[in-house]
Amino acid sequence: MSPRAAWRLEGLGFGRVYDYVPGKSDWFASGLPRQGKLALSPTIGDVARRDVPTCAPVEKFGAVRQRVWKAGWDRCVVINKERIVLGLLQEKELSSDPKSPVEEAMRNGPATFRPNEPVGKMAKRMQDRGATAVLVTTSDGRLVGLLYRKDVEQLVGVRP
Amino acid sequence: MPTPIFRDEVRALLEEGAQLVDVLPREEYEDEHLPRAINIPLKELDGETIARLNRDAPVIVYCHDYQ
Repeated sequence: MSPRAAWRLEGLGFGRVYDYVPGKSDWFASGLPRQGKLALSPTIGDVARRDVPTCAPVEKFGAVRQRVWKAGWDRCVVINKERIVLGLLQEKELSSDPKSPVEEAMRNGPATFRPNEPVGKMAKRMQDRGATAVLVTTSDGRLVGLLYRKDVEQLVGVRP
Repeated sequence: MPTPIFRDEVRALLEEGAQLVDVLPREEYEDEHLPRAINIPLKELDGETIARLNRDAPVIVYCHDYQ
């Protein structure tokens, strides 16, 4: 639809016409601001915990574990310098050999969800999958945060 | 020829004062749209409706996705 609109505007005499091809799906999936009636409904990007611990793939398990547990977390997200999600460490992985680099035992390519997913829909999805937490990333793979099912359920008033 | 652009370029152009036009039907625009976007549905795009636009500033159009 937008390519046709762009050509039409050119035909009507506009000189600098740009077509944002990926459109609003891309914008919202990146967690950028929205306006309109639905913008008032909470999305998982609003609920995800953004202070989830992160580490680089070359860090050693010993140092990462100490940092994560000291901060009171049970998970750590492995990211690169661009904050692209590479892997996830849960309790089992965090107990790996303290001298090994994280990339040797991390969970590769964890499932991720976009920040514009409605909270209610995600609560049902997580219950169906038995997931206690999921990662939220932008459409290009950048970490937004970690979403706990208990947070979502609390918001939508669902009993666990 | 219109120039295809991506998110980062949209943000940069908006900072330069570009105009943002949502060409989806009015109901979809009212549900959810990008900040500062105005709505001119594709079916209504003509000499009269574009009078709201400044011809000297860049115009960015968008719809839902790769449609």
